[in-house]
Amino acid sequence: MTALRHTWQVALRYIRALLRQPAWVGISLVQPVIWLLLFGALFRRTADIPGFTGGSYIEFLTPGVVVMLAVSSAGWVGMGFIEDINRGTMDRLLVSPIWRGALNLGSVAQSVLSIVIQSVIVIGLSLAVGAHFHNGVAGVGVLVAVAGLLGAVFASLSNGVAVLTRQRETLIGIVTMVTLPLTFLSSALMQQSLLPSWIRWIAKFNPVNWAAEAGRSAAGTNADWGLIATRTGFLALLLLASAAFATHAFNAYQRSV
Amino acid sequence: MKAIEASNLRKTYRGGVRALDGLSLEVEAGTIFGLLGPNGAGKSTTVKILTTLSRADSGEARVAGLDVVRDAERVRHSIGVVGQKPGLDPEATGRENLEMQAEIYGIRGAARRERVVELLERLGLAEAGGRLAKTYSGGMQRRLDVALGLVNRPKVLFLDEPTTGLDPEARAELWREIERLAGEEEMTILLTTHYLEEADRLASRLVIVDRGRIVAEGSPEDLKSELRGDTVQVELAESKNGDATAAVQHLPGVSELTLDGRLLRARVDNGAAAIPSMITALERGGLRVAAATIARPSLDDVYLRHAGRSFQQADTDTKEVAA
Repeated sequence: MTALRHTWQVALRYIRALLRQPAWVGISLVQPVIWLLLFGALFRRTADIPGFTGGSYIEFLTPGVVVMLAVSSAGWVGMGFIEDINRGTMDRLLVSPIWRGALNLGSVAQSVLSIVIQSVIVIGLSLAVGAHFHNGVAGVGVLVAVAGLLGAVFASLSNGVAVLTRQRETLIGIVTMVTLPLTFLSSALMQQSLLPSWIRWIAKFNPVNWAAEAGRSAAGTNADWGLIATRTGFLALLLLASAAFATHAFNAYQRSV
Repeated sequence: MKAIEASNLRKTYRGGVRALDGLSLEVEAGTIFGLLGPNGAGKSTTVKILTTLSRADSGEARVAGLDVVRDAERVRHSIGVVGQKPGLDPEATGRENLEMQAEIYGIRGAARRERVVELLERLGLAEAGGRLAKTYSGGMQRRLDVALGLVNRPKVLFLDEPTTGLDPEARAELWREIERLAGEEEMTILLTTHYLEEADRLASRLVIVDRGRIVAEGSPEDLKSELRGDTVQVELAESKNGDATAAVQHLPGVSELTLDGRLLRARVDNGAAAIPSMITALERGGLRVAAATIARPSLDDVYLRHAGRSFQQADTDTKEVAA
């Protein structure tokens, strides 16, 4: 109970701070719209490639954009930790009896909430322009859940790296270096069978691809529940590992101060 | 009863900076204890170890009777910490800051409401409670930090350089509040400072820390009275004064002569008697005197005597090392 309460307090703190920044709220709401419309227009002819079986490109693209948004917004979560460390806020929390796991999980909860809202906007917009999700609410629900899970993994990694490096520039560098290649080494924007074979091989080990596969399958015509279960399972295991990493990073931090 | 006991703490940071070099101290419950020293002396490192933020490489420490490593969780329930850097969340209001802190210590519901109101009033933040902390003045932010440190009614309160960066008025106000806490709430307070007057005013006992070790310990009065006599400062008219020390060192009752530019300092048994003979001796040596002052011993003199350099000098040395 204490663990949950502390997590909620940390989450509440970050959520409140974000809601007080109207520019951030505005950008977060508009960004999914821009991405979906831009990628939709740019890659529209993809649907004409021989061998493409995804139906309309916007239907194919929507899960990909949802996954991309999750990765790109979760990657920056660690910036909040760096600010907390540079001020004395983190030290104040670390000398209090707060449950250590709550520091990461509270911040992750805020990130997942943003991702869920952004995902709902993307899905709503794509429905508005004529996309059709065959498994209805359940399928879309799984897509959003998988995106949230992937976001939680990246938010935890971002927090862990933030605590270890404590440098804005380093975190920016790492996030920029990691997120785009991971997105392009996946089936987020292109059907798996049309990927070059070496990318297809790498994609097997790429969590972004696990989320794209599972989310697309759940929202698409013939949901492959076996595939969805294994990919979700991989992501859940990865979340356990990355949350443990972020929480244990504080031990290294406390040894160095 | 001892509220804090530390023995033989050592800590070396990565890169080889030795912050603590066998520091030991004991603090009697219910007192204000001062840790005085220049920047970089090891005061903050001591506080970090005692408050469970950091760990010593070796040595042991107990706070409120609990080992800071083995019983860290219980220590955290018993202490309040006001760090050198502001611990408040600037993007939250004063009230929200206190509410979250209360929840962390398990103070909830009506008890939480009462405690928050009480602390806001007590620290003069009742009207500002609904405003974001980032809009507060420096003095108000410091008071909110103190309020955050008091939420759990700690047995031991740590104040790390609490008045650094405050204007004189805000500083005096915080001093009064600290005295009130020690008096009314019977709290043990460990205070670090590099202001000599702050330690003199607040602490009933203090230690002087230099280069990670304690070089002197006692009440401010003990430490000052340990220095017999007065300090005499003679300002020479010209800077060519190489033989100034030679001119006065044979005078009876004059000791601990130092020459810093045009400023000659000496410890004498009786200032009023020593000044005329010092001036005569200097002028006989062809040195003109611009001014002479007598001072009762200050903690600065105590520091000079135990650390072998003046307080300002030690501060400058540290800054140069850091730069």
